[in-house]
Amino acid sequence: MNQNPGLIGKKLGSTQLFLGDRMVNCSVIEATPLVVVGHRTKAKDGYTAVILGLGKRKASRTTKPLAGQFKKANVEPPQTVKELRVDESQLGLYPVGGQVDLNAVFQEGQFVDVQGQSRGRGFTGVVRRWSFAGFVQTHGTHEYRRHGGSIGTNMTPGRTLPNIKMPGQYGNETVSALNLKIARIDAEAGLVLVEGGVPGSRNSVVVVRGAVKKKNGGKKA
Amino acid sequence: MRAHPKINALESAQQRTDLPAFRAGDTVRVHYKIVEGDKERIQVFQGLVIKQHRAGARSTFTVRKVSFNVGVERVFPTFSPRIDKIEIVGKGIVRRSRLFYLRELQGKAARLRDQKDT
Repeated sequence: MNQNPGLIGKKLGSTQLFLGDRMVNCSVIEATPLVVVGHRTKAKDGYTAVILGLGKRKASRTTKPLAGQFKKANVEPPQTVKELRVDESQLGLYPVGGQVDLNAVFQEGQFVDVQGQSRGRGFTGVVRRWSFAGFVQTHGTHEYRRHGGSIGTNMTPGRTLPNIKMPGQYGNETVSALNLKIARIDAEAGLVLVEGGVPGSRNSVVVVRGAVKKKNGGKKA
Repeated sequence: MRAHPKINALESAQQRTDLPAFRAGDTVRVHYKIVEGDKERIQVFQGLVIKQHRAGARSTFTVRKVSFNVGVERVFPTFSPRIDKIEIVGKGIVRRSRLFYLRELQGKAARLRDQKDT
Protein backbone atom coordinates (compact mmCIF):
# COMPACT_ATOMS: atom_id res chain seq x y z
CA MET A 1 0.00 0.00 0.00
CA ASN A 2 1.17 3.49 -0.81
CA GLN A 3 2.01 5.08 2.51
CA ASN A 4 4.08 7.91 1.13
CA PRO A 5 3.09 11.40 2.19
CA GLY A 6 0.63 13.05 -0.14
CA LEU A 7 -2.33 15.35 -0.39
CA ILE A 8 -5.69 15.73 -2.03
CA GLY A 9 -6.35 18.42 -4.58
CA LYS A 10 -8.62 19.65 -7.30
CA LYS A 11 -7.65 19.22 -10.94
CA LEU A 12 -7.93 22.63 -12.53
CA GLY A 13 -6.84 21.71 -16.04
CA SER A 14 -3.62 21.63 -17.97
CA THR A 15 -1.21 24.05 -19.56
CA GLN A 16 2.29 24.24 -20.95
CA LEU A 17 5.30 25.56 -19.09
CA PHE A 18 8.80 26.55 -20.10
CA LEU A 19 10.86 24.54 -17.65
CA GLY A 20 14.45 25.56 -18.06
CA ASP A 21 14.70 25.29 -21.82
CA ARG A 22 12.11 22.60 -22.25
CA MET A 23 8.42 23.11 -22.92
CA VAL A 24 6.43 20.60 -20.91
CA ASN A 25 2.75 19.79 -20.66
CA CYS A 26 1.55 20.12 -17.10
CA SER A 27 -1.57 19.33 -15.16
CA VAL A 28 -2.48 21.95 -12.60
CA ILE A 29 -3.69 20.66 -9.24
CA GLU A 30 -5.04 23.08 -6.67
CA ALA A 31 -4.51 22.10 -3.04
CA THR A 32 -5.85 25.04 -1.14
CA PRO A 33 -7.37 25.43 1.34
CA LEU A 34 -6.15 22.05 2.51
CA VAL A 35 -6.53 21.45 6.22
CA VAL A 36 -5.74 18.57 8.53
CA VAL A 37 -8.95 17.42 10.19
CA GLY A 38 -7.38 14.71 12.30
CA HIS A 39 -5.16 11.67 12.66
CA ARG A 40 -5.88 7.98 12.92
CA THR A 41 -3.46 6.35 15.30
CA LYS A 42 -2.40 2.80 15.87
CA ALA A 43 -3.41 2.95 19.54
CA LYS A 44 -6.93 4.26 18.94
CA ASP A 45 -7.91 3.07 15.48
CA GLY A 46 -5.54 0.21 14.73
CA TYR A 47 -3.88 1.99 11.78
CA THR A 48 -2.20 5.28 11.03
CA ALA A 49 -3.68 7.77 8.64
CA VAL A 50 -4.21 11.45 8.23
CA ILE A 51 -7.62 12.97 7.54
CA LEU A 52 -7.43 15.85 5.09
CA GLY A 53 -10.11 18.36 4.15
CA LEU A 54 -10.11 20.22 0.84
CA GLY A 55 -12.03 23.32 -0.15
CA LYS A 56 -14.79 25.11 1.70
CA ARG A 57 -18.42 24.45 2.43
CA LYS A 58 -21.08 26.41 4.20
CA ALA A 59 -21.63 25.64 7.85
CA SER A 60 -25.34 25.27 7.09
CA ARG A 61 -24.54 22.46 4.65
CA THR A 62 -22.48 20.53 7.17
CA THR A 63 -24.07 17.66 9.05
CA LYS A 64 -23.81 17.93 12.79
CA PRO A 65 -21.58 14.89 13.32
CA LEU A 66 -19.11 16.23 10.76
CA ALA A 67 -19.36 19.74 12.16
CA GLY A 68 -18.34 18.35 15.53
CA GLN A 69 -15.24 16.79 13.98
CA PHE A 70 -14.30 20.05 12.31
CA LYS A 71 -14.87 22.00 15.50
CA LYS A 72 -12.64 19.62 17.42
CA ALA A 73 -9.83 20.24 14.94
CA ASN A 74 -10.71 23.95 14.83
CA VAL A 75 -10.94 24.11 11.03
CA GLU A 76 -13.40 25.71 8.61
CA PRO A 77 -15.75 23.07 7.18
CA PRO A 78 -14.06 21.64 4.06
CA GLN A 79 -15.89 20.43 0.97
CA THR A 80 -14.14 17.07 0.63
CA VAL A 81 -12.77 14.90 3.42
CA LYS A 82 -10.43 12.02 2.66
CA GLU A 83 -8.20 9.75 4.67
CA LEU A 84 -4.67 8.95 3.51
CA ARG A 85 -2.84 6.01 5.06
CA VAL A 86 0.63 7.22 6.00
CA ASP A 87 3.52 5.89 7.98
CA GLU A 88 3.59 6.85 11.65
CA SER A 89 6.80 8.82 11.16
CA GLN A 90 5.10 11.09 8.61
CA LEU A 91 2.30 12.30 10.86
CA GLY A 92 4.46 15.21 11.96
CA LEU A 93 4.08 16.69 8.45
CA TYR A 94 0.39 17.14 9.13
CA PRO A 95 -0.35 19.22 12.24
CA VAL A 96 -4.00 18.84 13.22
CA GLY A 97 -5.98 22.01 12.55
CA GLY A 98 -3.29 23.50 10.33
CA GLN A 99 -2.80 24.01 6.63
CA VAL A 100 -0.75 21.42 4.77
CA ASP A 101 2.59 22.87 3.71
CA LEU A 102 3.03 21.80 0.09
CA ASN A 103 6.78 22.25 0.21
CA ALA A 104 7.02 19.96 3.23
CA VAL A 105 5.07 17.17 1.59
CA PHE A 106 6.63 17.32 -1.89
CA GLN A 107 9.75 18.65 -3.52
CA GLU A 108 10.16 19.83 -7.09
CA GLY A 109 11.37 17.13 -9.45
CA GLN A 110 9.95 14.41 -7.25
CA PHE A 111 7.96 11.51 -8.72
CA VAL A 112 4.36 11.12 -7.65
CA ASP A 113 1.32 8.97 -8.35
CA VAL A 114 -1.96 10.71 -9.06
CA GLN A 115 -5.23 8.90 -8.45
CA GLY A 116 -8.57 10.13 -9.68
CA GLN A 117 -11.96 9.15 -11.03
CA SER A 118 -11.70 8.87 -14.82
CA ARG A 119 -14.24 10.62 -17.01
CA GLY A 120 -17.32 8.46 -17.54
CA ARG A 121 -18.10 7.48 -21.12
CA GLY A 122 -21.11 5.29 -20.37
CA PHE A 123 -21.83 2.06 -22.21
CA THR A 124 -19.23 2.03 -24.97
CA GLY A 125 -18.57 -0.22 -27.95
CA VAL A 126 -15.37 -2.16 -28.55
CA VAL A 127 -13.94 0.26 -31.11
CA ARG A 128 -13.74 3.08 -28.57
CA ARG A 129 -13.32 1.02 -25.41
CA TRP A 130 -10.68 -1.44 -26.58
CA SER A 131 -9.44 0.21 -29.80
CA PHE A 132 -10.72 -2.63 -32.00
CA ALA A 133 -10.31 -1.89 -35.68
CA GLY A 134 -13.89 -2.70 -36.69
CA PHE A 135 -14.57 -3.98 -40.18
CA VAL A 136 -14.21 -2.71 -43.73
CA GLN A 137 -16.78 -0.06 -44.38
CA THR A 138 -17.54 -1.23 -47.94
CA HIS A 139 -17.45 -4.48 -49.96
CA GLY A 140 -20.91 -5.42 -48.75
CA THR A 141 -20.34 -5.22 -45.00
CA HIS A 142 -23.85 -5.36 -43.58
CA GLU A 143 -24.65 -4.24 -40.04
CA TYR A 144 -21.23 -5.36 -38.80
CA ARG A 145 -19.02 -2.28 -39.16
CA ARG A 146 -18.13 -1.64 -35.51
CA HIS A 147 -18.61 -5.16 -34.15
CA GLY A 148 -15.97 -7.06 -32.22
CA GLY A 149 -15.98 -10.27 -34.28
CA SER A 150 -15.67 -13.72 -32.79
CA ILE A 151 -15.71 -14.26 -29.02
CA GLY A 152 -14.62 -17.88 -29.01
CA THR A 153 -14.81 -21.33 -30.60
CA ASN A 154 -17.69 -23.78 -30.95
CA MET A 155 -17.15 -27.15 -29.24
CA THR A 156 -13.79 -26.60 -27.60
CA PRO A 157 -14.13 -25.24 -24.97
CA GLY A 158 -17.76 -24.68 -25.83
CA ARG A 159 -18.01 -21.51 -23.79
CA THR A 160 -16.77 -17.97 -23.98
CA LEU A 161 -13.60 -17.58 -21.98
CA PRO A 162 -13.50 -14.99 -19.18
CA ASN A 163 -12.04 -11.50 -19.72
CA ILE A 164 -12.88 -11.32 -23.42
CA LYS A 165 -12.92 -7.68 -24.48
CA MET A 166 -16.53 -6.69 -25.10
CA PRO A 167 -18.67 -3.55 -24.98
CA GLY A 168 -19.59 -2.20 -21.57
CA GLN A 169 -19.18 0.64 -19.10
CA TYR A 170 -16.09 2.69 -19.90
CA GLY A 171 -14.61 5.28 -17.60
CA ASN A 172 -15.95 6.52 -14.26
CA GLU A 173 -13.54 4.24 -12.43
CA THR A 174 -10.59 4.89 -10.18
CA VAL A 175 -7.43 5.30 -12.22
CA SER A 176 -3.88 6.02 -11.10
CA ALA A 177 -1.25 7.68 -13.23
CA LEU A 178 2.12 6.49 -11.92
CA ASN A 179 5.52 8.14 -11.81
CA LEU A 180 4.65 11.66 -12.86
CA LYS A 181 7.21 14.33 -12.17
CA ILE A 182 6.42 17.42 -10.15
CA ALA A 183 7.23 20.37 -12.38
CA ARG A 184 6.61 23.14 -9.91
CA ILE A 185 5.18 23.80 -6.48
CA ASP A 186 3.57 27.17 -5.93
CA ALA A 187 2.77 27.23 -2.23
CA GLU A 188 1.51 30.80 -2.37
CA ALA A 189 -1.18 30.01 -4.93
CA GLY A 190 -1.60 26.50 -3.48
CA LEU A 191 -0.76 24.82 -6.77
CA VAL A 192 1.09 21.63 -7.60
CA LEU A 193 2.07 21.28 -11.27
CA VAL A 194 2.62 17.75 -12.49
CA GLU A 195 4.18 16.83 -15.82
CA GLY A 196 1.75 14.93 -18.00
CA GLY A 197 -1.92 14.18 -17.71
CA VAL A 198 -3.88 13.08 -14.67
CA PRO A 199 -7.14 11.12 -14.57
CA GLY A 200 -10.49 12.83 -14.25
CA SER A 201 -12.38 15.83 -15.46
CA ARG A 202 -11.67 19.40 -14.51
CA ASN A 203 -12.72 20.25 -10.95
CA SER A 204 -12.55 16.61 -9.90
CA VAL A 205 -10.73 15.55 -6.76
CA VAL A 206 -7.40 13.76 -7.17
CA VAL A 207 -5.06 12.16 -4.65
CA VAL A 208 -1.37 12.95 -5.14
CA ARG A 209 1.19 10.82 -3.29
CA GLY A 210 4.87 10.01 -3.46
CA ALA A 211 5.51 7.39 -6.14
CA VAL A 212 5.08 3.86 -4.81
CA LYS A 213 7.30 2.28 -7.47
CA LYS A 214 10.29 4.55 -6.91
CA LYS A 215 12.89 4.45 -4.19
CA ASN A 216 12.52 6.88 -1.30
CA GLY A 217 8.88 7.59 -2.22
CA GLY A 218 9.94 9.33 -5.42
CA LYS A 219 12.01 11.94 -3.59
CA LYS A 220 15.59 12.65 -4.47
CA ALA A 221 17.90 10.93 -2.04
CA MET B 1 -13.58 26.65 -22.91
CA ARG B 2 -12.31 29.19 -20.42
CA ALA B 3 -9.33 28.21 -18.34
CA HIS B 4 -9.20 28.68 -14.61
CA PRO B 5 -7.94 32.14 -13.51
CA LYS B 6 -4.98 30.51 -11.76
CA ILE B 7 -3.98 28.81 -15.01
CA ASN B 8 -4.27 32.11 -16.84
CA ALA B 9 -2.01 33.68 -14.23
CA LEU B 10 0.55 30.90 -14.73
CA GLU B 11 0.50 31.45 -18.48
CA SER B 12 0.68 35.21 -18.44
CA ALA B 13 3.65 35.00 -16.07
CA GLN B 14 5.56 33.25 -18.85
CA GLN B 15 5.02 35.88 -21.48
CA ARG B 16 8.04 37.99 -22.30
CA THR B 17 7.79 41.72 -22.84
CA ASP B 18 11.35 42.29 -24.02
CA LEU B 19 10.73 41.15 -27.59
CA PRO B 20 9.72 43.59 -30.35
CA ALA B 21 6.30 43.42 -31.93
CA PHE B 22 6.23 42.07 -35.46
CA ARG B 23 3.64 40.62 -37.78
CA ALA B 24 3.30 38.40 -40.81
CA GLY B 25 5.25 39.81 -43.73
CA ASP B 26 8.09 41.16 -41.63
CA THR B 27 11.62 39.93 -42.13
CA VAL B 28 13.23 39.01 -38.82
CA ARG B 29 16.53 37.74 -37.48
CA VAL B 30 15.91 35.29 -34.65
CA HIS B 31 18.87 34.79 -32.32
CA TYR B 32 18.27 31.33 -30.95
CA LYS B 33 20.36 29.58 -28.31
CA ILE B 34 21.30 26.05 -29.23
CA VAL B 35 23.23 23.52 -27.19
CA GLU B 36 26.03 21.62 -28.88
CA GLY B 37 27.42 18.96 -26.60
CA ASP B 38 27.93 20.91 -23.42
CA LYS B 39 28.50 24.25 -25.10
CA GLU B 40 25.85 26.80 -25.82
CA ARG B 41 25.97 29.12 -28.76
CA ILE B 42 23.65 31.47 -30.56
CA GLN B 43 22.39 30.67 -34.02
CA VAL B 44 20.73 33.28 -36.20
CA PHE B 45 17.81 32.36 -38.39
CA GLN B 46 16.79 35.09 -40.80
CA GLY B 47 13.64 34.92 -42.83
CA LEU B 48 10.14 36.05 -43.46
CA VAL B 49 7.38 35.61 -40.87
CA ILE B 50 4.64 33.75 -42.72
CA LYS B 51 2.43 32.87 -39.79
CA GLN B 52 1.79 33.92 -36.23
CA HIS B 53 -0.13 31.58 -33.99
CA ARG B 54 -1.45 33.77 -31.20
CA ALA B 55 -2.32 31.61 -28.20
CA GLY B 56 -1.16 33.45 -25.11
CA ALA B 57 1.92 31.87 -23.59
CA ARG B 58 1.80 29.05 -26.13
CA SER B 59 2.09 31.40 -29.12
CA THR B 60 4.39 30.45 -31.96
CA PHE B 61 5.55 32.06 -35.17
CA THR B 62 6.82 30.53 -38.38
CA VAL B 63 9.82 31.93 -40.23
CA ARG B 64 10.54 30.95 -43.83
CA LYS B 65 13.74 31.38 -45.73
CA VAL B 66 15.12 29.97 -48.94
CA SER B 67 18.49 28.41 -48.42
CA PHE B 68 20.41 26.99 -51.42
CA ASN B 69 17.16 26.92 -53.38
CA VAL B 70 15.45 24.89 -50.68
CA GLY B 71 12.66 26.44 -48.68
CA VAL B 72 13.25 26.14 -44.92
CA GLU B 73 10.55 26.88 -42.39
CA ARG B 74 11.05 26.99 -38.68
CA VAL B 75 8.45 27.34 -35.95
CA PHE B 76 9.58 29.17 -32.83
CA PRO B 77 7.63 29.41 -29.57
CA THR B 78 7.26 33.16 -29.25
CA PHE B 79 8.05 33.34 -25.54
CA SER B 80 10.71 30.64 -25.46
CA PRO B 81 13.57 31.43 -23.08
CA ARG B 82 15.88 30.11 -25.81
CA ILE B 83 15.21 33.12 -27.98
CA ASP B 84 17.99 35.53 -27.17
CA LYS B 85 16.62 38.39 -29.21
CA ILE B 86 14.65 39.17 -32.32
CA GLU B 87 15.73 41.86 -34.79
CA ILE B 88 13.29 43.25 -37.31
CA VAL B 89 15.05 43.67 -40.63
CA GLY B 90 12.15 44.82 -42.77
CA LYS B 91 8.45 45.36 -42.60
CA GLY B 92 6.55 44.07 -45.62
CA ILE B 93 3.20 45.12 -46.93
CA VAL B 94 0.81 42.19 -46.95
CA ARG B 95 -2.95 41.91 -47.08
CA ARG B 96 -3.34 38.66 -45.20
CA SER B 97 -1.98 37.15 -42.00
CA ARG B 98 -1.05 33.73 -43.38
CA LEU B 99 1.43 33.96 -46.22
CA PHE B 100 1.34 30.34 -47.29
CA TYR B 101 0.99 31.39 -50.95
CA LEU B 102 4.69 32.28 -50.89
CA ARG B 103 5.54 28.59 -50.74
CA GLU B 104 4.35 28.22 -54.33
CA LEU B 105 6.35 31.19 -55.58
CA GLN B 106 10.02 31.47 -56.40
CA GLY B 107 12.58 34.15 -57.06
CA LYS B 108 11.26 37.55 -58.04
CA ALA B 109 7.66 36.49 -57.60
CA ALA B 110 8.25 35.60 -53.95
CA ARG B 111 9.13 39.15 -52.98
CA LEU B 112 6.98 41.47 -50.89
CA ARG B 113 6.71 45.24 -51.08
CA ASP B 114 8.47 46.87 -48.16
CA GLN B 115 7.00 49.68 -46.13
CA LYS B 116 10.18 51.69 -46.70
CA ASP B 117 9.66 51.66 -50.47
CA THR B 118 6.31 53.36 -50.41
